[in-house]
Amino acid sequence: MSMSLSLSFDVLLAFALLWSAWRSLSTPDLSRAVVMFIVFGLLMTLAWARLDAPDIALAEAAIGAGLTGALLLDALATLRGKRKATLDG
Amino acid sequence: MAKALPRLLVVLLALLLAAALFAAVFDLPQPAVDLPAQVAANLAQTGVEHPVTAVLLNYRGYDTLLEIAVLLLALLGVLAIAGKPATRTAERVDPVLQMLARIAVPLMILVAGYLLWAGAHRPGGAFQAGAVLAAAAVLLNLAGLLPAWSTPGKLLRLGLSAGFLVFLAVAAGLLAGGELLRYPPQLAGGLILLIEAGLTGSIGLILAGLFLLTSERGRSR
Amino acid sequence: MSAGLIYALTGVLLFVMGAAGVVLLDHLLRKILAFNLLGSGAFLVMVGLAQRGGGVDPVPHAMVLTGIVVSVAATALALALARRLLAVDADPEQD
Repeated sequence: MSMSLSLSFDVLLAFALLWSAWRSLSTPDLSRAVVMFIVFGLLMTLAWARLDAPDIALAEAAIGAGLTGALLLDALATLRGKRKATLDG
Repeated sequence: MAKALPRLLVVLLALLLAAALFAAVFDLPQPAVDLPAQVAANLAQTGVEHPVTAVLLNYRGYDTLLEIAVLLLALLGVLAIAGKPATRTAERVDPVLQMLARIAVPLMILVAGYLLWAGAHRPGGAFQAGAVLAAAAVLLNLAGLLPAWSTPGKLLRLGLSAGFLVFLAVAAGLLAGGELLRYPPQLAGGLILLIEAGLTGSIGLILAGLFLLTSERGRSR
Repeated sequence: MSAGLIYALTGVLLFVMGAAGVVLLDHLLRKILAFNLLGSGAFLVMVGLAQRGGGVDPVPHAMVLTGIVVSVAATALALALARRLLAVDADPEQD
């Protein structure tokens, strides 16, 4: 199996995708999990670019990483705020 | 111990599924219809030059019509669930973020307009343009320049449903003449641009609404 | 072993990871994260296999584009539901 440079980049990117997905699911800290998910989204953008899918790369960067990340962080902040209120009050 | 056994079973099943899917991916049969050739052969009559846009808005226009309906349904769901907003204590707004928002948002609107126009010839189109518009709205909300939405007013409701209504109107008009969403070749480019313009505005507002209806920044009362 | 095949196999692993995560993880937010990973894995499989015929097949591209937009809408709805659910819940949830 001859590994050209681009193919080894694809293998590295695949490993990075799997690693960031695993860390997102397994880390005990919830905010770190969300951050790793955003990292996963940006790596997916690279994967779409490598797969000759620029339309999907544009959409993934804006929607998958950006908007989904914003929604998750906002939900996390609200849940943390409510939890603190319950514990304080 | 009682909890570990079912979890182990799930992990084993997952690994089995992975192995089966691996085997399936390696053993796929050749497709019966050569779709890329079909797409390329009829591209001149679709009204656009970019194959992905042609598939989205012409060959599979029906799917896109249903997709915008699904987006609207999701927004209705969020509207129904959002309920009474809790007031957050006023957060300090970062002046650097405000300046960034003021500079970036007009540029983002310009980029969205370009993506909408360029979708006919190169990668771009309604979804990407709508997403950039929604990101601009979220940036404004995070910078404290745009308050979070409570119940939308009449104008906002019109904007949210406009994309779906325009698409539906075009589909109904074409249905009166013959088949569903079969554009006449000389009008195809213009109709697709009209539909995409409506979609861009609506997708931007819907995606922004998904964030802004549940956000709590700057909400009054 | 073409590039498309590598990404398709990665997509299979992501799909299975996401599916196991939805079943095994406890916190609602984590389930939503796992569900998104499941969707992304499925998209990778579709587009990774789109390069089989020599050229680039635009039909899976369009389907995945639709899928990404619909999945963000589903995530937003799921998060709104999760917020309401966890707000009504008296006990503070465990992380």
